[in-house]
Amino acid sequence: MKTMTKLALGAAAATILLGTANAGETLDAVRAKGHVQCGISTGVAGFAFTDDKGDWQGFDPAVCKAVAAAIFGDTNAVKYTTTTGKTRFTALSSGEVDMLARNTTWTFSRDTDLKLDFVGVNYYDGQGFMVPTALGVASATELDGASVCIQTGTTTELNLADFFRINKISYEAVPIETNDEAQTNYKAGRCDVYTTDASGLAATRSTFENPDEHMLLPEIISKEPLGPLVRHGDSEWADVVRWVLNAMITAEEFGVTSENVDKMATGTENPEINRLLGSEGDLGAMIGLDKAWAWRAIKMVGNYGEVFEEFIGSETPIGLERGINGLWTKGGILYSPPFR
Amino acid sequence: MSEQYLPGEHPDLRPPVGQTGLLLWLRKNLFSSPFNIVLTILTVYCLYLMLPPLFNWAFFDAVFIAESRDACRAAGDGACWGFIEKRIGQFTFGFYPVEERWRVVLAFVLLVVALVPLLWDKCPNRRQAIWFSLLYPFIAYWLLLGGMGLEPVETSRFGGFMLTMVIGVTGIVCSLPLGILLALGRQSELHIIRWLCTSFIEFIRGVPLITLLFVASTMLNYFLPPGTTFDILLRVLIMVTLFSAAYIAEVVRGGLQAIPKGQTEAADALGLKYWSSMRLVVLPQALKISIPGIVNTFIGLFKDTTLVIVIGMLDPLGIGRASLSDIKWTGLSTEVYVFIAMFFFICCFSMSRYSIYLEKKLHTGHRED
Repeated sequence: MKTMTKLALGAAAATILLGTANAGETLDAVRAKGHVQCGISTGVAGFAFTDDKGDWQGFDPAVCKAVAAAIFGDTNAVKYTTTTGKTRFTALSSGEVDMLARNTTWTFSRDTDLKLDFVGVNYYDGQGFMVPTALGVASATELDGASVCIQTGTTTELNLADFFRINKISYEAVPIETNDEAQTNYKAGRCDVYTTDASGLAATRSTFENPDEHMLLPEIISKEPLGPLVRHGDSEWADVVRWVLNAMITAEEFGVTSENVDKMATGTENPEINRLLGSEGDLGAMIGLDKAWAWRAIKMVGNYGEVFEEFIGSETPIGLERGINGLWTKGGILYSPPFR
Repeated sequence: MSEQYLPGEHPDLRPPVGQTGLLLWLRKNLFSSPFNIVLTILTVYCLYLMLPPLFNWAFFDAVFIAESRDACRAAGDGACWGFIEKRIGQFTFGFYPVEERWRVVLAFVLLVVALVPLLWDKCPNRRQAIWFSLLYPFIAYWLLLGGMGLEPVETSRFGGFMLTMVIGVTGIVCSLPLGILLALGRQSELHIIRWLCTSFIEFIRGVPLITLLFVASTMLNYFLPPGTTFDILLRVLIMVTLFSAAYIAEVVRGGLQAIPKGQTEAADALGLKYWSSMRLVVLPQALKISIPGIVNTFIGLFKDTTLVIVIGMLDPLGIGRASLSDIKWTGLSTEVYVFIAMFFFICCFSMSRYSIYLEKKLHTGHRED
């Protein structure tokens, strides 16, 4: 028994030692192995999908690619690990992946209790409602007595109950297990309303034969800030991922696109653009990268707006409006701290 | 006056109309009673309602080559097989590097070659061929993973049908011997062995496969020091094998218990040792009657491989899901699922036909038909 305890203690100590030895060295480790190991979802329309060539594309992998571009100057220097809602956090905490970019909601307990660090928000989502246009409602407050398709055991279920209680109206829940099942039930008319994250609703709607026969109601009843995350204990690595994301947002704010970034990198009137693209000062050195890190990320992946429009914007079948995901200067809440 | 024949020389006459060929078959099988007549007519009517739209959808109105869903919809109302055609490489090989895919194909062809002497006892040069079958696992390992002159490929790039085959075939091949040993262990007269085997079998059978997969994917990470990567596919293979071995063990135990005690006693009387009596007398009979159950377990195992998607491995269903999320191709889930269903049907149906063939071949008249 005593030897067992000793062994267990020894193993625990070894784990801790190895753990601390790893801390702060993710960037070095990434450099040494030559790629970023990025955890993504197994497929969410527009957010993560494989293209005809078998490469991962989408709004979330774009963040991984931007990080790889900033470090290596190569968007292919990413290896993807597909994670499910259940395996994602273990994959990150165990060191199987270096970062997660898979529409994960930033919450208190995930940030603290699970020992993860959310480095920012790349999409502000929220729970919304989809109804057939024929139902003739314009607002969720008119949904008194409606039957609602809802995934059981999720936060959406609790949000829904809260919303209807606050507005003193009643509803009839049609509990279902998976998203696919929800769509089938909704299409078959077994419920009047389908509720989940608004981006998911838009993606679902885009797959319908006649998307125009369905509409999203204006109410958003919860906050679901989605963003990339890393594990606790390596702030240097968190800084790299955070500022790559910020660089993409700042680039949009100052009108730097993948098209004009080469011209702007030679120097502009605006000192912040110069600092961002490395023609003035040396911000890259402060996060362990070279001067041209942001230039490469923007050149190879694009600024936030370009990525948004390419994968989920209003021109795509997903058809999401910028809305609150617009820049703070354009009525949204995207706001990157200054590059200084 | 009819012709005269000598006794025994009368030529065979044709049977009366309606007693032979198609007509007889029809009458016997489809119109034998009023109830059957009604059933037949109803069935034909249902087929008439179902088949034309199905064929229209799957073939006549279908689009076989297209660049995107919109192009498909513009070209025809039926199925959009163009999507499958574009993605067939992904469905088959997952993320295996394109220039290395010949290795997977070669491994598959060699698998067929290796299976022939095992499954077909009239194979020419069977003894020599079986040596190749025994070597095959090493060859396949080398071909799929690389090394020693071949470009190394990580198992994280495995996916699609290839992943299903790797998990399915490895699980089937490894779990049969393990299952037989467990079954024998459970019958053993040595208490420790019997106790160990019984608790292993009961534990594995008492836990869902999904739980074992989660243990493989998440729990093990906590026990291993950070940075050590114990290949996830290997972990899954071990779990699937153990899981299926426990079920095989119970199926084989059923077979063992059906063999009369006299057989063992007769073997003992002949002076055979335990292993010889098992190998020569008991197991051949026990396995023969266990065949349907064993194949049943294998078919279940093969289909259970789709569960690996819960730990983020992309089997055909996972590849389908990732592909369906492509904004160019959203909304074609029917095509994808029909396609994957066909693959599984072909595999499982072949297994079941083989088991029937084996049962017929080994049928030695111990039971009544």
